[in-house]
Amino acid sequence: MRSLHEEGVELAFGYPGGAVLHIYDAIFNQDHVDHILVRHEQGAVHAADGYARASGKPGVAIVTSGPGATNAITGLATAYMDSTPVVVISGQVQSHLIGTDSFQETDMIGVSRPIVKHSFLVQKAEDIPSIVKKAFHIATTGRPGPVVIDIPKDLTDPAYTFPFDYPETVDIRSYSPEKHGSLEQIKKAVKLLLEAKNPVIYAGGGVIQDNASDELTSLARLLNFPVTNTLMGLGAYPGSDDQFLGMLGMHGTYEANMVMHNCDLILAVGARFDDRITNDPNKFSLNAKKIHIDIDPASLSKIIDIDVGIVGSAKECLNQIIKELEDDSHRIDGNKMSPWWDQIKIWKKAHGLNHGLLNSKPSNGKILPQQVIQSLYKETKGEAFVTSDVGQHQMFAAQYYFFDKPRQWINSGGLGTMGFGLPAAMGVQFAFPKADVACVTGEGSIQMCIQELSTCLQYGLPIKIINLNNAALGMVKQWQDMQYGGRHSSSTYEDSLPDFVALAESYGHVGIKVKNYEDLELAMKECFALKDRLVFLDVDVDPEEHVYPMLEAGMAMKHMRLTKETKSW
Amino acid sequence: MKRIVALLMENQPGALSRVVGLFSQRGYNIESLIVAPTEDPSLSRLTMTTTGDEKVIEQITKQLNKLIDVVKVLDLGESDHVERELMLVKLGREEITNDDILKLDGRVVFENSDIVNIQFVGDSKNLDQIVKKLDSKNTLEIVRTGASGISSNTQTLTIK
Repeated sequence: MRSLHEEGVELAFGYPGGAVLHIYDAIFNQDHVDHILVRHEQGAVHAADGYARASGKPGVAIVTSGPGATNAITGLATAYMDSTPVVVISGQVQSHLIGTDSFQETDMIGVSRPIVKHSFLVQKAEDIPSIVKKAFHIATTGRPGPVVIDIPKDLTDPAYTFPFDYPETVDIRSYSPEKHGSLEQIKKAVKLLLEAKNPVIYAGGGVIQDNASDELTSLARLLNFPVTNTLMGLGAYPGSDDQFLGMLGMHGTYEANMVMHNCDLILAVGARFDDRITNDPNKFSLNAKKIHIDIDPASLSKIIDIDVGIVGSAKECLNQIIKELEDDSHRIDGNKMSPWWDQIKIWKKAHGLNHGLLNSKPSNGKILPQQVIQSLYKETKGEAFVTSDVGQHQMFAAQYYFFDKPRQWINSGGLGTMGFGLPAAMGVQFAFPKADVACVTGEGSIQMCIQELSTCLQYGLPIKIINLNNAALGMVKQWQDMQYGGRHSSSTYEDSLPDFVALAESYGHVGIKVKNYEDLELAMKECFALKDRLVFLDVDVDPEEHVYPMLEAGMAMKHMRLTKETKSW
Repeated sequence: MKRIVALLMENQPGALSRVVGLFSQRGYNIESLIVAPTEDPSLSRLTMTTTGDEKVIEQITKQLNKLIDVVKVLDLGESDHVERELMLVKLGREEITNDDILKLDGRVVFENSDIVNIQFVGDSKNLDQIVKKLDSKNTLEIVRTGASGISSNTQTLTIK
């Protein structure tokens, strides 16, 4: 605990158990680090993750051995896939019992190995300070990621004492992430940027992780380039800005995907050309030169061959590019982009998202899920932190809420973890107690970590849960509609859903049900007017609605389904 | 394409499992693997033979470099190198004459009236050929260590 305090940790999420009882006693006996008792270890890691994503500071979770450790695994995998700085301290059985199949023993280092950036099994109590120091250093630097510290119970025994010395610096001989991009590569990139006629900036979560949004925005404005963000990158560039094309990829906007397919230059920053973006990599943006800035050398040319690779932090590299451009500013010609922008406007006009939805009453009387997001956007003036779970609601939120600031949109993009939204929202609310925090979810996802409603009561977290209730696993159902002849195999459960209003009330919160379009806006208002209460807004939405656009599998980015009936090609 | 990749890693528990785990996790092949401590007791040297095209090998070396326990990686296929592997073969004593063993560049390392143990050293292809030549004989057991390698230029895999 002293090491955590020295590291500047203000709070940790966790759940006690046999192997961490010494640690919990130490928690009781200090007042530097607040401990938040969750209701399930998965919730602890997601909460730590949400805290980290919103605040930029590392999140900490403490779990016991065995089931405590294995329950943390989904949280670790989520943090690993989205590269977030989370440190999980797991208890382990006593050193002499390791390997004997003793009570609540799990090989946490082994189980977590493929989903952590690094892990430590503490072998001597004296090593705890230096291991904690290294763990936080590794978690927060380079490409961030989760780190596990597994501590056998006997090594936290208060009866054993040693002179405590928290190291001020870290020296790991095999680990020194590059910050600056190679000047030679930067110059090559600048040359391509100046030559491009139909360019695009494709920015991902790395920009947010590295707090490089201002630099990204400056560069885009300087060059008058269009910008698209990945699901993880939303907020890296202001969502309501004219130069913003919206999200790209699987459920990206028509204009963003068309720009990606037809451009002559892609500047990728802190993004990784993953399969939800590229569609078939062999058909991906064949005429474009590609510049890729990433902190992780292994991301370069992993999936798509690139022309100029720059290894370094997004912030540093973008600054280097801006400086080079400013030295050469007479060569920048923003007007050169006019024909390209004209083309983009044509695409946007033809098949852009229908942002006028909010004021149009649906013909079948059912509320469209997109309208709920628009209503949320309007009510929160675009300023709320929005966490989400995984599925249709996640995509609707990504499409229809315009995130103007980084760290405002918090979702499990890489692993796609249902159950992430509510505990992540707890982490966000702890990081920003006064901010509006909305958890956009569905009746499927919310039930995967619903137990955390109890944690929210204990700590008075006024989260607003916006439940897009379509009484089905919507995204699964959508795929079954599209690819499996509408056979809804195990994706519906309408007769067995709980009464979410009563459920919220039984946990001591406020529940509001919305069935009619006419009531939506008022209910949303009421929800956010209750400043100090958690409100569970359960909205019945049209179960037939699909998420579009949607990339057609095995084809290029220009091949999209635009509605149930129409395609882009 | 067959490639030898060598690396130095921290000589501590868990390091080897991270390296091996990376291969299964990312679907890379390991054909052979040798690990031994180095003259610097804090380091182990691991040499592996793997297969893949240039792109795969590049990813393998990059991903290995990302492991915190891995201190340095050298793709020996990128440069001229010498490759050696040790093979021990056990045959019935009557199966092979000492002359034949000499012709195959083998060395008898143990023999009694029942069996003979022969040592062969060479690059892997070389040893493959010897195995083929021994095909007609009734060999009892063949043990191969897997290839080790060292670059044949000034490039070194050390941390100095």
